Amino acid sequence: MLRRLIDFRMGIFLAVLFVFVVLVPAGNLAVEGRIVPSYIVALLGKYLCYALLAVALDLCWGFCGILSLGHGAFFALGGYAMGMHLMREIGPRGVYGNPVLPDFMVFLNWQELPWFWLGFDQFWFACLMVLAVPGALAFVFGWFAFRSRVTGVYLSIITQAMTYALMLAFFRNEMGFGGNNGLTDFKDVLGFDLSADSTRAGLFVLSAVALAGGLLLGKWITTSKLGKVLVAVRDAESRTRFIGYRVEGYKLFVFVVSAMMAGVAGALYAPQVGIINPGEFSPANSIEIVIWVALGGRGTLVGAAIGAIIVAAAKTLLTGWLPEAWLYVLGALFIIVTIFLPQGVLGAIEGGMGRARRRTPPKEAEA
Amino acid sequence: MRHLLAPLIALLLVCTAALAQPARAQEFERLVNALPEGNYADRGETVAAIAATGDERAVTVLTALLDGDLEQMNADGRIVILSKQGRDTIATDALTGEEIGEVGRRDTERIRVNNGLRRDIRAAIGVLSLTNPDPGRRLAAAEAGFRAPDAEQIPALEQALSTEEDGGVRLAMEQALAAAILQSDRPTEQKLGAIEVLADRGDRDAQSILSRYAADPELGEAAQAAIDEIARIQRLWGFGQDVWYGLSLGSVLLLAAIGLAITFGVMGVINMAHGELVMLGAYTTFVVQEVIRTHLPGLFDWSLLIAAPLAFLVAGAVGVAIERGIVRFLYGRPLETLLATWGVSLILQQAVRTIFGPNNREVGNPDFMSGAFQVGAMTVTWNRMWIIVFALVVFAALMALLNRTPMGLQMRAVTQNRAMAANMGIRTARVDAMTFGLGAGVAGLAGVALSQIDNVSPNLGQSYIVDSFMVVVFGGAGNLWGALAGAFSLGVVNKFLEPYTGAVLGKIIVLVAIILFIQKRPRGLFALRGRSVEG
Repeated sequence: MLRRLIDFRMGIFLAVLFVFVVLVPAGNLAVEGRIVPSYIVALLGKYLCYALLAVALDLCWGFCGILSLGHGAFFALGGYAMGMHLMREIGPRGVYGNPVLPDFMVFLNWQELPWFWLGFDQFWFACLMVLAVPGALAFVFGWFAFRSRVTGVYLSIITQAMTYALMLAFFRNEMGFGGNNGLTDFKDVLGFDLSADSTRAGLFVLSAVALAGGLLLGKWITTSKLGKVLVAVRDAESRTRFIGYRVEGYKLFVFVVSAMMAGVAGALYAPQVGIINPGEFSPANSIEIVIWVALGGRGTLVGAAIGAIIVAAAKTLLTGWLPEAWLYVLGALFIIVTIFLPQGVLGAIEGGMGRARRRTPPKEAEA
Repeated sequence: MRHLLAPLIALLLVCTAALAQPARAQEFERLVNALPEGNYADRGETVAAIAATGDERAVTVLTALLDGDLEQMNADGRIVILSKQGRDTIATDALTGEEIGEVGRRDTERIRVNNGLRRDIRAAIGVLSLTNPDPGRRLAAAEAGFRAPDAEQIPALEQALSTEEDGGVRLAMEQALAAAILQSDRPTEQKLGAIEVLADRGDRDAQSILSRYAADPELGEAAQAAIDEIARIQRLWGFGQDVWYGLSLGSVLLLAAIGLAITFGVMGVINMAHGELVMLGAYTTFVVQEVIRTHLPGLFDWSLLIAAPLAFLVAGAVGVAIERGIVRFLYGRPLETLLATWGVSLILQQAVRTIFGPNNREVGNPDFMSGAFQVGAMTVTWNRMWIIVFALVVFAALMALLNRTPMGLQMRAVTQNRAMAANMGIRTARVDAMTFGLGAGVAGLAGVALSQIDNVSPNLGQSYIVDSFMVVVFGGAGNLWGALAGAFSLGVVNKFLEPYTGAVLGKIIVLVAIILFIQKRPRGLFALRGRSVEG
């Protein structure tokens, strides 16, 4: 079992991740003089959330051929679910001091909490919603889309339309999610002060654990019998259907699991960044996730995580040094990766390391 | 100022006419000189007599009388019109229009009027204006009579109608007459006829006049029916206005989507940089206008006509470059094409931001694109009007190109069966580049049109990309008619939802509806049937 889940790549990645989990919080908290500044901890935590998001997308794109251009929506919904709990945790410490209503609702002159905010004062409920809301959306969306055999670019375009529609919706003040500004000014979670270094370190460790869990779950799914069917659907959907598999059921399963994973990533992201706003729903964000996966290597899980971390780190560095250049680099990355690195960095490295473990390149479902 | 200029001009005009009709003119002068005499009742008769002369100076004199500016010089008894110029009071001879000069307070005596007299004067002015040689003035007089209906105007209106020849003015007079008849003590049948005239007019003014009679025992029923009729007409116009807004939005969507319909529909290539090609077209327009402003300001009204072919070439050239440089390596891999062209779009956006700056750029409207005109109760702006025309022209030109030219034939051949087309000697690679370039060029044309109604900024393309994909997906790929139907139906539906839901929610509903629609018809409204679809 364990050997099935942890192959060479996974082993190395998990080992490196473990080293970071030990060193980063230790360097921040234990060592005198703070070798690792606090903002780096939060930044690395953010990267880990992105990595988990990339793994989620790789699960459905890399292994089942479902290119979702709307995974940012699941991520943001998870973030909002957690953000709503954090807003309720603020309690009477808000600017207006209302014990029940978040500040923006007081500002909008709302008298009572809308029904969909009920229950979010409980942490367990929020955690449930982090999984349930993205999962339910993915289920409903996938149920309709897969059953009527919307595939390929059509599916990509309507997932993009989905996240775009959600973005427009969340920008509205009337929706009750803080409108333009989103949810912010979080104070603490489960009694731990969010601005405290120890809490940040804890969230970082939690993100790493979630990433490792996501990777292992993904590996477990893809190396199971079900995983073989998923790959078959990716490579020849019609043929798989003709053999007698209910293709739409498999696709729906992987899509929902992937959406929930994205939701968890969002839930960990919101407290570390301190804000969740409708910009997270923007179609451009969702496409950026795709390039993380493509750069790392689709269908590798570990590669997707690495790709996310590389691109996110490059973005942080470049927008700091040369803000003008970032979009050029990102644009070039899209072009270069798709034309010259169809298997991503990981695929290229392994291809260079030895032809012994040759694998056929993943083919498009609708070639 | 009005009191100064208008009389002068009128008097100048009048002087020539007066020579031709000396008898009438003399009568008029005698009457004006008689104005200060007698009591208010006498003065009222004199006013009516002045109006009856029809002399063209009459309106000026009567207006001055109404405003209390008509006075008599103490020195020589001449009748003058006073007007203020700064602090000074200037007197002008009411009959000759000759400027007498500055007068003091005690030099003149006002010809007094009371409220009863004022009403007589207004009626007299109304009658005079109704026979004014200028149809615009007659129309204005009739409209004024309609807004303040008075039974005393009836004879004047009837008289004016008997000689009126201009159709529009006649109609206005008939309506004014109808409004006046309702106020009078004419028999009920006549009033019922008047109600019909007002119902035909069908606007809010008519509605408000009619509402005064809704409770009338004799007329109430007819008036209420007419009010309902007007409300119905108004709803119809409101409906028409919504359709118009919808068509206008649809034409914008069509322009943005039609190039995409070629690249996505005909070639099966997802071009995420399409919006940026639209943006390049808009910036081309900006550059052309800048050059014209600095070098040839006289050509400004032609700037769009100059910009259109240039935008087509610029965007088309970039399109060919994208196809040759990137897309051709990715045929058969639509998802990779999508990602690579997204990269191109990011680079183009940033390039434009680097060159032109991140802010909105000012693109002016030429004269023929400015202003608006009325169709019934609808307001139609010229720029929207021309954009609809432009969208349809571009659409027709593309249809002709695809269906009537050798190039179009080759494009369709390559779309349907690439291998066979190549066997027949068609250079498929070249056709691919041309097709992609054509789609890109059309995007550039769309940019020229959008620069007239939208902000020209590096983000211009981003705001249209989702919408235009929706149009193509909804209409059905591979079919320009689908794009046309998709664009206009989405535009109209959007505008009809807006009053109920607001703009943003309306858009969300439309998006959700399309997502659901795709489930029912995964290949769109006008799906291609047959093997080429599966290819």
